[in-house]
Amino acid sequence: MSTSDPEFISPISTDDVEIGPVWVFVAVLRRDIYVTGKELAVFLAQVIIQPLLMLFVFGRILSDLGYTRHGYAHLLFPGIVALTATLTALQSTALPLVIDLSYTKEIEDRLLAPLPVSWVAIEKIIFASMRALVAAAMMFPIGLLILGSIPWSARAVPMLVLVLVLASLVGSALGLTLGTLVPVQRISIAFALVLTPLIFTGCSQYPWPSLSKLPWFQWLTTINPITYSSEGMRGALLPSLPHIASWICIIMLIFSFVLFATIGVKGFLRRAID
Amino acid sequence: MNHVNDAMVEIVDLVKKYKKSTALAVDKVTFAVRRGELFGLLGPNGAGKTTTIGILTTRVHPTSGHAKVAGIDVDRDPVGARRHLGVVPQRNNLDRSLSILQNLLFHAAYHGVPTHERMGRATKLLEQFGLREKGNDRIDMFSGGQAQRAMVARALMHEPDVLFLDEPSTGLDPAARLFVWDRIRELKASGVTIVLTTHDMDEAASLSDRVGIMDHGHLLALDTPSALTRTLPGKSTLEITTSSPGQLSPHRLTQCLGDLGGVERVELLDDLMGSEGDMGEEPSGGKGGHRVRLFLTGSAPPMIAPVASALADLGAALHDVHVGTPSLEDVFINLTGRLLR
Repeated sequence: MSTSDPEFISPISTDDVEIGPVWVFVAVLRRDIYVTGKELAVFLAQVIIQPLLMLFVFGRILSDLGYTRHGYAHLLFPGIVALTATLTALQSTALPLVIDLSYTKEIEDRLLAPLPVSWVAIEKIIFASMRALVAAAMMFPIGLLILGSIPWSARAVPMLVLVLVLASLVGSALGLTLGTLVPVQRISIAFALVLTPLIFTGCSQYPWPSLSKLPWFQWLTTINPITYSSEGMRGALLPSLPHIASWICIIMLIFSFVLFATIGVKGFLRRAID
Repeated sequence: MNHVNDAMVEIVDLVKKYKKSTALAVDKVTFAVRRGELFGLLGPNGAGKTTTIGILTTRVHPTSGHAKVAGIDVDRDPVGARRHLGVVPQRNNLDRSLSILQNLLFHAAYHGVPTHERMGRATKLLEQFGLREKGNDRIDMFSGGQAQRAMVARALMHEPDVLFLDEPSTGLDPAARLFVWDRIRELKASGVTIVLTTHDMDEAASLSDRVGIMDHGHLLALDTPSALTRTLPGKSTLEITTSSPGQLSPHRLTQCLGDLGGVERVELLDDLMGSEGDMGEEPSGGKGGHRVRLFLTGSAPPMIAPVASALADLGAALHDVHVGTPSLEDVFINLTGRLLR
């Protein structure tokens, strides 16, 4: 209330307890969690089908038919978990935001809540990352079920959690960028042009060092942040396998997050306030 | 600058220019709204009303000038300002993932209403807005009127000091419109300061304590509805439609009618008819006829005979007559030369 002019009579509701923006943020986050909770089955189906089929076809079918070498499934698994985290996060921000900001305008009530508008964007990132982490966690029992065994060691957990959290944050920020920068009439083409290349150039289905025979493609994969999530996951779960050094993965993931979160939040502010 | 002591809304020299537009959406607008007042912003679509409301509700950055709500500069402290304002937008933006009741409860949570008070307030508001039975219904099933009422109820959940209503009755059927009007009057009676935009002169005239008339980003006039209509010449109006087989020049018609005793001013409405499009009736202009509004110093009915005979002298006939008193629409026409819609 420091900006009030003395000429103005103090507003009627000053006797109300003013809650801080943090509590408003929690309320906004609670709304998203509540809505997802109501449609938990839909959410799980939405995020699990794609990685499940990828694991099944690439990890199980191709292997059973003898098209892939022994051990490929273990090499694939960390990549698919990383991919699931990033894509789930991306899809949890991008499309809902496009619909919300352009058509339903449902988000307006939250934009009019007493918290900075940028926090609403940050809430979207946090919430999408939470969804992504749930989806990534689901991949472990699913992997065990489909592949029979998955690479696992308790010592890998801290690194694994760190990489997955960063992978989710990067995906959410990327989704925020897409959802706010791409004009609504171009969103389907943008998705086709961005999503599919992201899936196949992110080193999820092959380890990065093995690409040395294809230098141009190896170079190309370095601009896809999913490469660093996949390699980071392999570093955690299959430390003996050649992989990009974990510290490089972490730095690149942090860099990608800061970059896309900055662009995404700016894009969100541009869309939210004229 | 003349501060209004008890101003709940105050804007001074407010300007908004959108990046993609060359014209100013809001052009140096200044006004203040007193506590408890119901203030109407009247103007056609594109007049700058919604932009003005957008700035006051922190959704649009002003290009220059100042805007305050409850004493708080909305551009410098938007978070602070949002605590004191409630918004009912033109379009349904209810949260479709939630029921109506949950819309109200979550809105209260966003605004920090204590948990134990939320349900009580929501139940009361749903009752007041005739939605008691609808609390758990899905939004998709709602009619336009129900959605509008639900949005007003939602906006009131945090007991705002100032309520902004953007075109509150656009698209509603007459019964729903009257219901919303009654609720707005109740709110005013309970002391809420209300700013509403409308392109409906009846709405502006019947609800507002004061009306600001906007067009092309400018505030053209601001006063009570009765004071605004008093600025017009004449006590009553007579709107006539003529039909004439031959070509009657509009100039000659208006001059002739203007010379009649008791006629203060003559306004040719032919062009307005053209812009209005579907009038339901065959526009007279096409048959060599015209539509004219006469502002009279006295009452209208005794003037019908002299007007008819004057027309007969011109070789024209009286096709249709409409007696009225000057309305806000006449004020708008007087100010802009155009119809409101």
